[in-house]
Amino acid sequence: MNNNLIYSVSALFDSPDAIINAAEETANAGYKNIDVHSSYPIHGMNSAMKLKPSKLGYITLVFGLSGAAFALLFMYWVNVFEYPLVIGGKPLFQLPAFIPVTFEVTVLSAAIFTVVGMLFVLFKFPNNSHPLHDTLYMKKVSSDHYGLTIQAIDPLFDEKRVKEFFKRLGAKEIFTINYDREEISPKNKIFDLKFISFLAATAVVVSGITYFTLNKLLYMSPFDWMMNQNRVNAQSKSEFFKDGIGMRPPVEGTVARGFQPYKFKGNPELAEKYLLNPTSPTEKNLLRGKKLYNVYCSPCHDNFGKGESRLKGQFPNPPTLHSDKVRNWSDGRIYHVIVEGQNVMPSYASQISVNDRWAIVNYIRVLQRAVNAKESDVK
Amino acid sequence: MNQQNFSFDYNRKELPSNLTKLGWILSFIGLALILISYLVDYERSSFSNLMTFMFLGSVGIGSLFLVALEYIAGAVWSTPIRRVSEFFAFILPFLVLFAVPLFFNLHGLFHWSHSEIVASDEILKSKSPYLNINFFLIRFAIIFTIWILFYYLFTRNSQLQDVTKDQSLTTKNIRLAGIFIPLFAVTITVAAIDWIMSLEPHWYSTIFGVYYFSGTMLAVLAAGTFTTVLLNEKGYFNNLLRRDHFYSMGALLFAFTNFWAYIAFSQYMLIWYANIPEETFWMIRRWEGGWQFVSIALIVVHFIVPYIGLLSQPSKMDAKRLKIMSIWILFAHYLDLYWLVMPTHFKSFTFGWIELGFPILGVGILILIFVFKFNRTNLIPIGDPKLKRGLNFRL
Repeated sequence: MNNNLIYSVSALFDSPDAIINAAEETANAGYKNIDVHSSYPIHGMNSAMKLKPSKLGYITLVFGLSGAAFALLFMYWVNVFEYPLVIGGKPLFQLPAFIPVTFEVTVLSAAIFTVVGMLFVLFKFPNNSHPLHDTLYMKKVSSDHYGLTIQAIDPLFDEKRVKEFFKRLGAKEIFTINYDREEISPKNKIFDLKFISFLAATAVVVSGITYFTLNKLLYMSPFDWMMNQNRVNAQSKSEFFKDGIGMRPPVEGTVARGFQPYKFKGNPELAEKYLLNPTSPTEKNLLRGKKLYNVYCSPCHDNFGKGESRLKGQFPNPPTLHSDKVRNWSDGRIYHVIVEGQNVMPSYASQISVNDRWAIVNYIRVLQRAVNAKESDVK
Repeated sequence: MNQQNFSFDYNRKELPSNLTKLGWILSFIGLALILISYLVDYERSSFSNLMTFMFLGSVGIGSLFLVALEYIAGAVWSTPIRRVSEFFAFILPFLVLFAVPLFFNLHGLFHWSHSEIVASDEILKSKSPYLNINFFLIRFAIIFTIWILFYYLFTRNSQLQDVTKDQSLTTKNIRLAGIFIPLFAVTITVAAIDWIMSLEPHWYSTIFGVYYFSGTMLAVLAAGTFTTVLLNEKGYFNNLLRRDHFYSMGALLFAFTNFWAYIAFSQYMLIWYANIPEETFWMIRRWEGGWQFVSIALIVVHFIVPYIGLLSQPSKMDAKRLKIMSIWILFAHYLDLYWLVMPTHFKSFTFGWIELGFPILGVGILILIFVFKFNRTNLIPIGDPKLKRGLNFRL
């Protein structure tokens, strides 16, 4: 195998003006397979090298138009055929609403395929080995020099003449770049055992790490001493008790705080006789009674106890509280109705506390007195 | 780099006197047409007057903005052709003359100037703190004071530099540009609202200032490109310009074509989507009585044709193509103004010889002031420190 097969002759220049001049001279001398290397784009290089206009624009145009067509047709298909939906009273195919999406897809498609086309079509990526790689020439070019290369495949190429030509142009350094042995070897390097095993090892390691991260690492809690404590949580099982119930019912006969057992359950006659009003109708007490009466009682009994609320006619009418029967009831009897309810009226024991019930009773007495006032009240 | 030692063979040439003659002839034809049209149809001539006023305003204030933009952005490529913009900005003082006939017909132009209509209209009443004749005139005075003042300052410094070669004048102009550009943003918005949007005082669009600005930029870039290409062809630039300069101008034209379409569509789409009667009536009026053909023509003329014409890279460098597209875009800007102004007063499409007088006079005056400035000033700012880099500009 010829180890000295020449790829190119390359020269270094040390200013952008020099490299532009050199590129122009080289192109004028008739060399076709030339290339310029620098660490940044140099303005005016395209015309100096006499490069043809790039073909990239056509890729952008074609894929931009395809993106536009795809977006428009897709929205047309979705909105008119697949899932017709009238939005805002507008027609199914509403061009103004589609234009922003079409525009975005056009730009996206044009941009992506420009980059992809540039890299993979025009730059011929992936090109994992190139004779210029890893040469002193390339190292200098990528730091502070500007390089000019004439390839050996050029029809005018002749090593000696090219070197003299570069010298005349004022090159600082001139290199002859040879192909590496691997690059011209007919064996395809991609099936090299070392390379394949390295790829396999990478695949195993990456997938292992991914598996561990997604299935284990993400489920490890950083600290759990608040979550897991030595106690019984609400509505959970308990091993301590025989029946396995964690939330224990209270002991039989337990009385809740503030709760008073009612002695006259289901016994209005006894309540009439023995249940006495422990409160006295002070102003404060009556105001409290008025407030609660208006909240709990007035929806049915109306504000004045006449049974003429807005619910009249929709329910069985509540009786008036001004009948002789109710007026002659003792306080205890009225209290009994509040606690136990009567006919349609439900029990209010759970809503109204003991003292408030008596306050309501007192207020009812006031209402009754107001409707059936005595002669002496007027004086 | 030692700027003082930089020299090149720039020979000042005067424009042919035929051009001055052409300018005078156009002006006189225009004036004659205007006089007759004012006698025939006073109202309609005012609208034509307003359009030409806004058109020349676009060219003038846009040119001044381009000059300011070059200074503040530190742009190098446009330095050799900056004078073209400076010459065009000379139209600004003469614009006031174009506005004078309008002041005599404010009632015919602006619905909101009638106090009895305003009194019976809740919406106009609530807008009257802004839309009243006194404040309107004050705004006009302020806007033109700012524009003419900055025109004077920019060009004075720029022309002084030709003689003194003093680099600090560039710094001065950069500072001026820093002050001018925010003022420009406000004044051009106010100008667009006052002179065009308030023709229909019930309607409003928050993007309107930007819309007018996008048209302005297109008009001034087109005028500058056309003139530069023409002057270069006739050798007034001593063949110092390269196709890189023309490519940049073509690219800007192309970019602002897109910008105009983007803004115009943004305005249209929001109105279309929201579908609120207080906004849609403006669009509906432009879709009735023959105006719908103008609306469609506007999309084609103002966007599609320049877009396709300037899309490819070679077309942006082709002098002939650039000249055609520039004239086309100038026409498109006039059509845009026509579309904005005329349907407010004319229910059906109207175009006739009455609409021709003012544009002819406008073109004539533009030529005259351009020749006037051209023959008294260097076309290339020979004292500018950026000039060498500007002439060596490469893509």
